[in-house]
Amino acid sequence: MLRMDVVKRLGAFSIEASIISQDRVTGLFGMSGAGKTSLISMIAGLLKPDRGMISIDADTLDDTAAGIHVPSHRRRIGYVFQDARLFPQMSVRQNLDYGRRMNRLEPSTDDQTRVADLLDIGYLLDRRPGNLSGGERQRIALGRALLAKPRLLLLDEPLGSLDDERKAEILPYLIRLRDETGVPMVYVSHDADELRQLAGHIVLIKRGRITASGGTELLPN
Amino acid sequence: MIDLTPEEWTAILLSIRVATVATLVATPIAIGVAWLLARVEFPGKAAIDAIVYLPLVLPPVVTGYLLLLTFGRRGLVGAWLADNLGIVFSFRWTGAALACGVMAFPLLVRPIRLSIEAVDRRLEQAASTLGASPWRVFTTITLPLALPGVVAGMVLAFAKAIGEFGATITFVSNIPGETQTISAAIYSLIQTPNGDTAALRLVVISIMIAVAALIASEILARRATQRLHGA
Repeated sequence: MLRMDVVKRLGAFSIEASIISQDRVTGLFGMSGAGKTSLISMIAGLLKPDRGMISIDADTLDDTAAGIHVPSHRRRIGYVFQDARLFPQMSVRQNLDYGRRMNRLEPSTDDQTRVADLLDIGYLLDRRPGNLSGGERQRIALGRALLAKPRLLLLDEPLGSLDDERKAEILPYLIRLRDETGVPMVYVSHDADELRQLAGHIVLIKRGRITASGGTELLPN
Repeated sequence: MIDLTPEEWTAILLSIRVATVATLVATPIAIGVAWLLARVEFPGKAAIDAIVYLPLVLPPVVTGYLLLLTFGRRGLVGAWLADNLGIVFSFRWTGAALACGVMAFPLLVRPIRLSIEAVDRRLEQAASTLGASPWRVFTTITLPLALPGVVAGMVLAFAKAIGEFGATITFVSNIPGETQTISAAIYSLIQTPNGDTAALRLVVISIMIAVAALIASEILARRATQRLHGA
């Protein structure tokens, strides 16, 4: 279960948000500039709240009153960015293996094969990210995040930089990911259709404030 | 082929040794300083920035004299190093390497700093969410991506170190076989009657070393760039 209750000032903009979620997929819906990315950056530990707390299950990640701030590399929270952010100097295989190496997990070809099959990226393993399509890159970014064995996966508009055709290509993989891996997810989007297909619990955010939370019926048509 | 006397060979090999040691020892320090200047905000950063570039703008004689005052036998740091660690710089080839390293330092820091600044910080964030500690982010992402700048800096530093004259001769003098590098040998030969031919031979040699270093840097930089953007 993810709990957060945070306050953060970013220049003239401010975020005050309180979220409790125990759903498999929480959809964070709002226009661009509403503060969605800042909010999940705080969950990932890339941004530090001014005040408040963030916890997963019984594990406190941030608690400003107690002076707790777990750095991002110790949170085991996966993050798939809108731009895939693959490492250009590494092959696809090395990109996928990066999280395992950094977390000093045992090498497991089973995991690699399972994720490569799930996302259909087996044929790309020996390529470099430089000349892959946007859709391929995003699938690899998903695989890379999964193979680090996260306890929560943050997806920040993973389809945001893709055209409609590519979106339709990736969406089935995201649904498979949700149904087959069991990793809880927070999915950020400004696309109501996307969220209707993926998320069970919806949180609406507007100008840094949570305006509503509940089922998918909250999403505009 | 040019016929070289044993003394000339000694000067050439000494120059190469001094420049190699200076470059290899200065590079890790320069990488650390470049990273600090590129990525960390701290009070006094402007002062550090200025000190790093000082050898580039100070007269080399001044730098050499300051080294003598600091690292000489009776210098504050020099005396301590000699008494406690047995490291002596004055009138030794190690002192020549120190002088060359200091003179080459700004040329080393600048391209490394620029290439670290050019590394996409969003990649570093991604690495951090995948479990990489700040140190491992640096060694697995930042440094490999900044490698072309490191190579460029090392070649520049090597070229500078092999030709360094003013600071070296001021700090460790001009002792054949110990501190007499190619530049110092050329200087001595020009001062000697009938030394012109010998001086000219060393001039040709130093041009050859410089050209070889430039070609090597071109090849290395191209390889490093290819590795980063290769298919």
